[in-house]
Amino acid sequence: MSGKKSNLPALTGIVILFLFIIFLENIRSFIPGLPMIFDPMSPLFTVLKKAAVYSLVAVSMNLLNGFTGLFSLGQAGFMLLGAYTYAILTVPSAMKDQVYYLFGGCAFQFSLVDFFQGIFGSAGAGYAVGLILSCLIAIILAGVVAGFFAFLIGFPVLRLKSDYLAIATLGFAEILRAIFQWQTLGPVTNGANMIKGFPTFTSFNITGAGGQVVLRLSTFVPFLITTVCIAIIVLLINSSYGRAFKSIRDDEIAAEAMGIRLFTHKMLSFVISSFFAGVGGAMFAMYVANAQAKAFTSTMTYEILLIVVIGGIGSVSGSVLATFLYVACSEWWLRFLDSEQYIGSFKVPLLRNGFRMVVFSVVIMIIVLFFSQGIMGNREIDLNAIFTGKKRKSGSQGK
Amino acid sequence: MEYVISVLLSGISVGGQYALIAIGYTLVYGILRLINFAHGDVFMVAGLMGIYFTAVLPISLSLPLVIILTVLLGFTIERVAYKPLRDAPRMSVMISAIGVSYLLQNTATYVTGGQPMTYPTIPFLSGTVNVAGTQTKWVVILTPILVLTLVVLLSLLINRTKVGMAMRAVSKDFETSRLMGIRINSVISVTFIIGSALAAVGSVLFFTNYPAITPMAGAMPGLKAFVAAVFGGIGSIPGAVIGAFIIGICETIIKGLPSSWDVSVFSDAFTFALLILILVFKPQGLFGEAATDKV
Amino acid sequence: MDNKAKKNALHIENVTMQFGGVVSVNNLSIDVPEHDIIALIGPNGAGKTTAFNCITGVYKPTNGLIEFMGSPMVRSYPSGKDRKSYKGENADKYRGESVLNPTPDEITKLGIARTFQNIRLWNSMTVFENVLTAKHMRAKQNVFSAIFRGNRSEEKRMREETMELLKEQGLDAYKDENATSLPYGLQRRLEIARALATDPKLLLLDEPAAGMNPQETLELADFVQEIREKYDLTVFLIEHHMDLVMNISDFIYVIDFGSEIARGKPDEVQSNQKVIEAYLGVGEDE
Repeated sequence: MSGKKSNLPALTGIVILFLFIIFLENIRSFIPGLPMIFDPMSPLFTVLKKAAVYSLVAVSMNLLNGFTGLFSLGQAGFMLLGAYTYAILTVPSAMKDQVYYLFGGCAFQFSLVDFFQGIFGSAGAGYAVGLILSCLIAIILAGVVAGFFAFLIGFPVLRLKSDYLAIATLGFAEILRAIFQWQTLGPVTNGANMIKGFPTFTSFNITGAGGQVVLRLSTFVPFLITTVCIAIIVLLINSSYGRAFKSIRDDEIAAEAMGIRLFTHKMLSFVISSFFAGVGGAMFAMYVANAQAKAFTSTMTYEILLIVVIGGIGSVSGSVLATFLYVACSEWWLRFLDSEQYIGSFKVPLLRNGFRMVVFSVVIMIIVLFFSQGIMGNREIDLNAIFTGKKRKSGSQGK
Repeated sequence: MEYVISVLLSGISVGGQYALIAIGYTLVYGILRLINFAHGDVFMVAGLMGIYFTAVLPISLSLPLVIILTVLLGFTIERVAYKPLRDAPRMSVMISAIGVSYLLQNTATYVTGGQPMTYPTIPFLSGTVNVAGTQTKWVVILTPILVLTLVVLLSLLINRTKVGMAMRAVSKDFETSRLMGIRINSVISVTFIIGSALAAVGSVLFFTNYPAITPMAGAMPGLKAFVAAVFGGIGSIPGAVIGAFIIGICETIIKGLPSSWDVSVFSDAFTFALLILILVFKPQGLFGEAATDKV
Repeated sequence: MDNKAKKNALHIENVTMQFGGVVSVNNLSIDVPEHDIIALIGPNGAGKTTAFNCITGVYKPTNGLIEFMGSPMVRSYPSGKDRKSYKGENADKYRGESVLNPTPDEITKLGIARTFQNIRLWNSMTVFENVLTAKHMRAKQNVFSAIFRGNRSEEKRMREETMELLKEQGLDAYKDENATSLPYGLQRRLEIARALATDPKLLLLDEPAAGMNPQETLELADFVQEIREKYDLTVFLIEHHMDLVMNISDFIYVIDFGSEIARGKPDEVQSNQKVIEAYLGVGEDE
């Protein structure tokens, strides 16, 4: 980053990517004869949405683990906070009695969606503005809540050394999960049951007067949010603070001797990473259309950690690339391993439910053991170079 | 009163089972400075093997077989997943351990089809006995006795034998021991073998008390056992055992509190709260030694 | 004692560092007058680096006072359990005064920068980034202005200053190379450049000539004198080798087993019987 170089090609490239995503999701309404893969319900779009959500979480984890050298395993806990914050703030009041029926309604009657509909109206453009604003504010607050908890947790745990930090953050995530499943808090968290009925990615599809979808934006929205968030993280990494983070990772004692306040900078990285994990959690809730504590287990954190490792610890573009590959393999390309397959009349052995994940874990172990640099090591894909050189790239090339 | 006794008894027994896993963690951490995230899953696999073997073989044959194969598994994991990374950063080894854990869980899901498996009734262990007016299973009485016996044997091994001396040397100073001609790799293998064997014994006792094994069944006991090891002072075997008993008893008490208090959901979270408290206030644990970094 | 007219940049008084039952530094008192080059020498294991670590905040001394630019910076006395096991002198001299125990970064901010005996460069960064990162401490930006590039002029200034510093040290040709791929001598030089980037008033050099050949050592001597003039620095250095020290030091302190055994001008120290014994190991077995 010399500073003089223009970022225009990268920006143009991202805009083109966005347009391409929108085009892709709507293409079947213009040309109905296209293969099923272009159907908005096809695995392609599931993969794109989920990968968009996961790539933000992976990058946020990389900021902490890869760039600051803090081995934290609390990501799922912060996602949980984000998901619940988003859900609780946006479930419309009308839905609350139904969602919280076990607890005789919700103790928290406020809903951002209702609030903005009260201002902008509940139909047409006013509805759209209200929806966008309420989701935007809820997502930001999701990040703020996660960041604030990270700040509180940071005081005890950031003084710990590598593996103790890992196990302590993992422990905090488990404690949070227990608290959110606690029946006593049911009127707010709905206990162990899921919260649903809030705006999801699908809510952003533009519908016509008869209720039919005119323009699908449900894949574009997660791409947009993730891109903005990752762009902010990249700007941070390339700033003076980013360099300070890296110096802590490389040699803590030297960093401190050069006047870099360890605790402050570790805290900063921890809070920012958790903020974006919270945003990722809110988006995860939008993606699965519910918020439930039991989804945010340590297995989820491990999964994200493995994605970061596959992409290369210390590479943002590596994390993004790895997320798309990982999600595509697990949700789509390797699905066939889970059901019986025949080549001619020959039944391929071993294939049945669960085999995909076995193959997957073996591949991950091979990467961990023999390609510890991951796909990118600590290098980055230069978007400017890509978009000035060859133009079009597939969807997985997002920033 | 009877209720209190039965809660205490089962607390001690759960604690004993955690202790058997915790020793594996504490030994490995003492030598490799590695949180062996896969250890809990080795324990789970031992449980599954118990189910599959007792289905076809008599118990007297299948239990030793389980122990042998678990030892083999632990040994193989160390050789394949940790040994190549001996000089890599600590984070890489820990990631490798998480990878192994992921692999074991997914393989278990594949083999069992994701269904919870019922652990066989082992005649003697599942039999009931009357203690101070409460009916309880034999396993509850036997666990602490077995644990204490094994700990005494292990302490003898570590303090009286040549292998034990090598283990102590390696845990004090890895590099110097290597230079002094201690065969590091065999010492580490022995550590994993002991840890896995104890996990196998632990799995028999633990799952006898539980209705079913799922592929995730090892993760939580594993983490708790690790917390117990940290609590007692990582690297110290008596510390791990005492830590495990404390955690087991506290957890059973929390689970046994009146349901109107609605706190049983915190039985797992409590362990982690304890972990964070000990890390903040006494990071070396109850019996551990403080370490300093050289500048 | 002709240093008296000058103000002291660093004043160390009765500093004792005890680890468990081992006294590493015993009742050490040193004055480093402004603009001088002062050396602390002694055989291996004499406690030199420990003394440095006390000054830079890595260790909290068990007892003693360290003043920087005339004001107290570190102050400590043994209390409680440490008081009972304390083997040093002046145990109660500082009792009752406030304990001062700043962290290393706070001390660097006051204007003391250091290098390390075993080079500690940031190994994933280039030569340029190593120096640039050390400028982070003095930057006025906050995290928001840094992310959203509200600090362009400051960032530009930092980069220009870094470039200037590298040019002066003759490192500009290597600016995009990985720091740890440099030859050993240049790595030492880069560590000094990085320390200078924090705008220090006092530079602490921990065995700067370790691992250098005589030619490089000679160059280093010139270099240290050069930067002292250019940046108006005070230099306090630890050395194991006598040649460099005799060449450039204004005043020398010699310690062995944690205690001072001699002090004086280079030629005085050179002919001191105790120093010769310490270095040749007469009567002692090291």
